[in-house]
Order: sequence, then structure tokens, then C-alpha cells
Amino acid sequence: MANAYTLDFEKPLLELERQIDELKRVGEERDIDVAEELKALQAKLESLREDLYRNLTPMQRVSVARHPKRPYTLDYLGSIFTDFVELHGDRLYRDDLAIVGGWARLGGTSVMVIGHQKGRDTRENIKRNFGMPHPEGYRKALRLMKLAARFQAPVVTLIDTPGAYPGLGAEERGQSEALATNILEMAMLPTPIITVVIGEGGSGGALALGVADRVLMFENSVYSVISPEGCAAILWKDASQRERAAFALKLTGADLQSFKVIDEIVPEPVGGAHQDPDAAGEALREALIRHVAELKKVRPEKLVRRRGEKYAGMGVYSEA
Amino acid sequence: MAWFKKERKARISQRTKLEIPKDAWERCESCGHVDIRERFERAFNVCGECGHHRRFSAEEYIELLTDAGTWRELFGNLRSQDPLKFENYADRLALAMKKAGTSDAVYTGFGRLEGLPYHIGVMNFAFMGGSMGSVVGEKIARLARRSVDKRLPLVIVCTSGGARMQEGVLSLMQMAKTSATIGVLKAEAIPFITILTNPTTGGVSASFAMQGDAILAEPGAVIGFAGQRVIKQTIGQDLPEGFQTAEFLVEHGQIDDVVPRGSLRETTARILRHMLGHGAAIPPAAQTLS
Ligand SMILES: [Zn+2]
Repeated sequence: MANAYTLDFEKPLLELERQIDELKRVGEERDIDVAEELKALQAKLESLREDLYRNLTPMQRVSVARHPKRPYTLDYLGSIFTDFVELHGDRLYRDDLAIVGGWARLGGTSVMVIGHQKGRDTRENIKRNFGMPHPEGYRKALRLMKLAARFQAPVVTLIDTPGAYPGLGAEERGQSEALATNILEMAMLPTPIITVVIGEGGSGGALALGVADRVLMFENSVYSVISPEGCAAILWKDASQRERAAFALKLTGADLQSFKVIDEIVPEPVGGAHQDPDAAGEALREALIRHVAELKKVRPEKLVRRRGEKYAGMGVYSEA
Repeated sequence: MAWFKKERKARISQRTKLEIPKDAWERCESCGHVDIRERFERAFNVCGECGHHRRFSAEEYIELLTDAGTWRELFGNLRSQDPLKFENYADRLALAMKKAGTSDAVYTGFGRLEGLPYHIGVMNFAFMGGSMGSVVGEKIARLARRSVDKRLPLVIVCTSGGARMQEGVLSLMQMAKTSATIGVLKAEAIPFITILTNPTTGGVSASFAMQGDAILAEPGAVIGFAGQRVIKQTIGQDLPEGFQTAEFLVEHGQIDDVVPRGSLRETTARILRHMLGHGAAIPPAAQTLS
């Protein structure tokens, strides 16, 4: 699978993949049995991949989270959800394609699924604005959440965004207000909310879909107050210091779990969700069904109270 | 012209020497107008020539917005930690405490405004650019909860460069923490006013600053989510004149009004009285609580 999408730290795998291809070619051309050697090389490749992925640096994990082949919201909507009916627009200004949402079925339950949507190529990315919503995107999301709450349906949000879009129109149309309103309304929404960071969790643009009863992160997703590049540019006036910033920001699932900001890490296949989207999807489906079943048992008032208490407890400080 | 300029300069410096010590003069950063400091101070540090609102300290806002002798600080004992062991953060905190002379980037407390008992939070730009970490979030949340418990209105004077990066995702979560308590405040019909001062950006603008029942802003204050440098880089062109100012926001329907500093006290009190005039929020018994 050597291709243009190989990440920098995966380069050692390329050489092995090349050897495997070569061996296969030689075997076919000369009609000799290379099965034994092939098996050995493939085992070596898998163990090397496992090694690499077991010891990812924070910045390497950021690059996996941003991998252009990584499954996006619509991929999961097509694989682990059924009966998806997309609902468009904020009813105020326009339909923001950087966020998709609508009714879908998870197991036997109707849920409202809302997620950021990135594009796979340039054309699609222009349409999706690289997964960076404008205010109308957040307002569409909130409209759908309130709709779900009215029918007591659980809300599932999938987070995958570099952040809110830093542009003129976004500011003119009240980016701050849109984010602030979503965050407040999600804190008060009288229906279960489950959030999963499936790729990039970028700052306020992520949190505007991310105030929830349960917050999950995929193993190779990241969640941060600022991108490593942005942090490095501010602190050290040098965006190339992103390795250093990614380490300092503590943005991995394990970090966030230790701060009690997230509840669970969803495992990914070796090599990242894009190596085996079905396996990633299955893990996500299992987790979502479990959490939906648990939360559906809780009365809405109690749900909202507990959610408020959970966020009230976030942060680290001392009392002198 | 040349001789006139020369002579005027000479006269001013002569007067300075005769009557007023040199360091008593101040210059408006916007129009260059020079006046004695006392006159700037009497006008709440607003330039008498061009109306430019110069930097006003958190302590000055407290003085401006509370009746004399009524301010009582609450939750002043909270201190930031360094949960991420973020390089240099501990040192920067120590330095900020020394330089700003305060424990963190917000004051929270009780006071009276034209006799009305209320809770007031005032952010302090002098402390790490008013950035919101766990302490700022916790103090705002506690003040909002206390407002619900005591049924007292809440006013927050905002100024902030955004989230405190050195506390990572925990600083991001302060947006959720403060918003969740403001949500309860709203559900309980406790009046909440925010006053946005220069600058109010990032995580603070995208949480409690924009959740007020009334959102007021000082003239010329820069208010927005994204930083101007980042926007300029992203769109590859210069920003329009007045972009992200208080006047721009009121024109685009994002805030209730632009209010000069000299009228903040009166306007805030008037709006509070309107919201409180229906017996919804404050039982008479609470009026004696502090
Ligand atoms: Zn001036």
C-alpha cells in the first residue's frame, strides 16, 4: 500500500513493502515458491508497523488524526448507521457543508447524528471548507440537537475539525455568539449526548459540538485548545516547532483521560483507522450502542444535572 | 507657522517647569492629545479630544461599577496550578503575579451598584493577557452559582486574549464549565450583563462574554473569536476598516449597544432595574445578604 499518503514516520515501512512487492514479482516471473519468504517479510512488516504505532510521538498522532484517508463522518454514517436522512440548513442563512447531520439508526434506536465533514480532495475540500464551519454550521447543528431533544432522541456528535473558520464572514455573522450559544445549549439539552472525537478536535470549533454526557476519543485522534502549529507560532514565533508544541499541549486520548476530560478511548486497528475502516467502525458502533443504552435509562433532568456537575468539576487549581 | 509652533512648544515646556511635574502629563495613544494625567483620570481615562478609550485597570472598573465601600472580594484564594507541566508556565505565573500584583486574571466579588446588591466579575488583562485557565473558569462559575443561590444579578467586565494555552484542553473546558453555570443562571431568571472591553477575543468571547442578557461594549473595543493576524493570513488580504470593533459588532447585530465608559455605571444599573422590576429574581430578604 505504498503511496503518496504515507506519513513521514511510516517511511521505514515503505522499504519492506517494496521488498514484498519485488519478491512477489520475482516469484511470479520465475514461477518459484516464495510463500515462506513472503510470510516472513509480511510478519516483519506487521511487527514494525505495530512498533511504530505503539510508540507514536504526539505530533505523529496528530498526522494520523489528519490522515487524508481517515474515515470521516459520512463514512461512518454509511457504514455503522442505517436509514440516514440528511437534514440541511440553519433556517437563517444557508447550509454549511462543513457540518452534516440528520436522523439515523444505530442498532434499533433512532438517533440524531451531527458531525464535521472534511473533503478527500481539493474540490471536495473547497465544498466542505476543510471541515471548518461558519456560524451557520453551528446553528444548523443546534437546530438538529433541539429537534432531537423534542423527541427524546439521543444525539451523537462526531468531531473532526481543525477549528472554526478564521474569516471575515464568519466574524460578521457572529462566530463567537454561535459557539457560545451551542456550548451553553448543549450543557442544558434534555436528551442524551455522546461525542466522539474521530480525527482532529480543534478548539472552540470542536467544543461547539462537544459538550456531552459521554466524550470518547478514537485512539489516534487528538483534542486541543490550539493546533501545535498555532501554539508554536505564538510561543516561539516558529510554526516548525510543532513537535515541541504537540508534546507540551498534552492532546492525546490518554492525556485527556488522565485529566478526566474524556470517558473512554475507542481502539483503532494497527496503523490507524484508515488501514481498516470496518474494524474502526465496528469498535465505534459497539461503544455507541453501549453508551446510548446506558444513558437512555436516565431521566432528562438528572442527565442535565449530572452533565453540569461533570463540567463544574473540570480544571486544576488550588485554594490558598 | 514655524515660529508659532516653536513658541507654543516653548510655552508648554515653560509651564510644565513652572507648575506641573513632567511625569504628570499624558498623551492619548490615538490622537496624540496631551493633557495632565488628572484630567484623563477624571474622564475615566477617555481622551477628551478624540474619545479614545485608553487602558483602564481591573481595579478601576471595580471602583467605577461599585458604590464606595461596598466591594467585597470572593474566591480570591484560588491559585493556578501547572497540570500539564507546560514548559515555562510555572515561571510565567510567578512573574504575572508579581507584575500584575494579583493572583490571576479575574476579580470576583460582591458589591452594590446605585444601591442594588449584585455580583461582579472583572477580568484583568494585566495578568497574562486576561487568559482563561482553570482559575478564571472556576471563579466565574462559582460567582454564577452564588448568584443563583443568593438570587443576585451578575455583571462581568470582560477582557481577554483567549484561552490559556499552557493549560491545554483544560482551558478549553473552562468554556463549557462557565457556560453550563450561566445556563442554570438563565433558567433561574437571574439577570446577567456582560461588558466587553478592549480586547475580548478567543475562548472568552465564545463563551460567557456572548451569553449576557444584555451585551454592552466600550467604544473601539476589539471583539471577536479569531485573531486578526490569523484571519489576515487565512484570507490573504487586509481587513476592512473597523473590523471586529464594538461599532462593527453592533452594526452586525451581535451586541446590544456601544456604551462610553462614563455611562457604563448608569446604563448597567438601568438595565438591571428593568430586569429586576417584576419580582422575578430578587426576594427582599436577599437584599440584605452580601
Ligand atoms: Zn485622543
